[in-house]
Amino acid sequence: MSTAASPPDRRHPTAPADGPAVHDPAAAGRSDATGPLLSVRNLTVRFRRQGEEDFVAVDDVSFDVRAGQTVGLVGESGCGKSVTSLAIMGLLPKRGNTVTGRVDFEGIDLLSLSPRQLRDRRGRDIAMIFQDPLSSLNPVVPIGVQVSEVIERHVGLSRAKARPQARELLSKVGIPDPDRRLSEYPHQLSGGMRQRALIAMALACRPRLLIADEPTTALDVTIQAQILALLKELVQDSGTALVMITHDLGVVAGLCDRVNVLYGGRIVERADRHELFATPRHPYTNGLLASIPRLDAPRGQRLSPVPGSVADNIPWDHACAFAPRCDRPVAACREVTPELVTDEAAPSAPGGLPRALRCHHPVEPGQESR
Amino acid sequence: MARYIVRRLIQMVGVVLVLSVLLFAWLRSLPGGPVSALLGERATPETRAALEAELGLDQPLWMQYVKFLSRAASGNFGPSTGVLPGTDALKIFLDRLPATIELSLFAMIIAVALAIPLGYLAARRRGSALDTSSIVVSLIGVAVPVFFLAFLLKYVFAIELHWLPVSGRQSGGLDATRVTGFFVLDGLITREWDAALDALAHLVLPAVALATIPFAVIFRITRASVLEVLDEDYVRTAEAKGLTNRVIRGRHVLRNAMLPVVTTIGLQIGALLAGAVLTERVFSFGGIGEALALSFEQRDYAVLQVLILAAAAIYVLVNLIVDVLYAVIDPRVRTR
Ligand SMILES: Nc1ncnc2c1ncn2[C@@H]1O[C@H](COP(=O)(O)OP(=O)(O)O)[C@@H](O)[C@H]1O
Ligand SMILES: [Mg+2]
Repeated sequence: MSTAASPPDRRHPTAPADGPAVHDPAAAGRSDATGPLLSVRNLTVRFRRQGEEDFVAVDDVSFDVRAGQTVGLVGESGCGKSVTSLAIMGLLPKRGNTVTGRVDFEGIDLLSLSPRQLRDRRGRDIAMIFQDPLSSLNPVVPIGVQVSEVIERHVGLSRAKARPQARELLSKVGIPDPDRRLSEYPHQLSGGMRQRALIAMALACRPRLLIADEPTTALDVTIQAQILALLKELVQDSGTALVMITHDLGVVAGLCDRVNVLYGGRIVERADRHELFATPRHPYTNGLLASIPRLDAPRGQRLSPVPGSVADNIPWDHACAFAPRCDRPVAACREVTPELVTDEAAPSAPGGLPRALRCHHPVEPGQESR
Repeated sequence: MARYIVRRLIQMVGVVLVLSVLLFAWLRSLPGGPVSALLGERATPETRAALEAELGLDQPLWMQYVKFLSRAASGNFGPSTGVLPGTDALKIFLDRLPATIELSLFAMIIAVALAIPLGYLAARRRGSALDTSSIVVSLIGVAVPVFFLAFLLKYVFAIELHWLPVSGRQSGGLDATRVTGFFVLDGLITREWDAALDALAHLVLPAVALATIPFAVIFRITRASVLEVLDEDYVRTAEAKGLTNRVIRGRHVLRNAMLPVVTTIGLQIGALLAGAVLTERVFSFGGIGEALALSFEQRDYAVLQVLILAAAAIYVLVNLIVDVLYAVIDPRVRTR
């Protein structure tokens, strides 16, 4: 399953994905003496297509999440964010795709686990919340049962014993009148309440890692802010690591410690949040940031400021997929695939992790378009 | 909910009333009639006229209808003229009802017990040998006429192989005690195990013949419905929670997938009544299906009227039960 070896044609060494060797005082004291909580290495997901070449939705993606850290996966629709998260969870369709690479969670490669072993970890060690809270809830099962079933499964409590805990969880995520809500059905709750209920389910067993796949995209703008604030608070209180998947830079600005920018299935830039916002290096990141007038811009801003769309992508082989939309292309962009390498030229905060960049002609510090 | 049920019951009375008018007009418009059936074509006009007057068939149609309705309201549908001449039509119906209920119930149990698990498995293993072969079987199931299948089963398993009885509901030599009219149940109640077993053996072939179409239809709906539900986000949520296969299957997949299946089962009960006419005839099963065939051949108006109205009432009632069941499963219907 694992294809950790790099293809021979690589010119540059692949940037370390925040590997444990890197000294990181910010994370010192946490349980990362044995390495990061989640370490994704060379994750590649191919979908088989009839009569056509395989479609590579996620291409050699590597990143780390340390205990308690909040890491962003940012990129516009179709860049492979959801597929990445589903591959980590082992939730991709059983057929029609191949997943290679490694997904080490607390040192164990999730991709090598049996479905049964994975089932024991999902919901207990790693939880996930999804984009559309209405369709993500079972319409014919009371909210209370949908919360308590996680506790029943992983803690081994009876329904009756799990119910008070479910009630407690609902009130913790800010659902008023939890006793009544326990016996209500999803269609009787508002969108924001539904997402709160899903968060309660995800956090029921105090997982060490939570993956949130665009948890606010389907919600009203005012509700979005509330849900983000709630997530931030819960994650901080419980020390849960969070992978925040979003196309919304406002979300990243308020939440993430470290940010991975995805384009066409590959990571194009990685940096600590402050540095990414201060000195974006990839033209794509730069374009994304330029669309926000100020960092304290209202949340909910759509992320489609870069001219063109995913449809303009060209394949990564012998080119940069972003080249057709890039505002500073050079000849190499159409000839050589850029590799993700440690970005030595970028200014980085003292003690921060090194930045990584996949670009032939990066934005120089001071040249950011803003 | 209670108000809803009452409203539906009142609607049901209306439906049955309208049906009775149509039925009455239709029956009287058929060629032939009870007089020809009773006296033969060569009877003199005088004897025909006398019998017509005796049966009240000389009066205008609307008057016959009003009379029928007023008597029917008190449970009097008149005497049979063909199936069991002179016997009260309602009694014929009531005597034969348990046989048909027993047969239909057995057939439905066979159909549902096979179709739902198989439909679920076929959907879960889409494209597998199990999936394709069950689709083929279900296609054959709907394509083969019930009448033909009943004959085939009877010929192979009863006449040639002697594995199962040829016809009837109980072997002649057995002196079984009757309690409810449901022969298997009677055998169990009275602890006459041999009688219960014998009645069960008589049920097998007609029930299998009758079960094929409902099986095929319920299988296909279950398969399609499960396939649809498996793609739903909430099933992915359930997987993300690490729930066991058992809980995901029961609570998250089947509970949702059953909604269209419940409706289908209700509709199939109507088809079952139609199939019972043919099956009971082939196996001389002695139920209302057989009585319907006989009374139609002999233009036995009294018996026909009871049977068809009862069938309509049963059909409407089953639909009501289905709707109530639907509301029980689906809270979105209940709490609207
Ligand atoms: N089950 C699937 N089969 C085939 N292609 C898929 C499947 N799921 C996702 N894709 C494709 O993979 C790409 C990435 O999808 P996704 O990860 O959902 O994007 P997003 O970043 O918006 O979450 C898209 O082009 C999508 O069409
Ligand atoms: Mg997505």
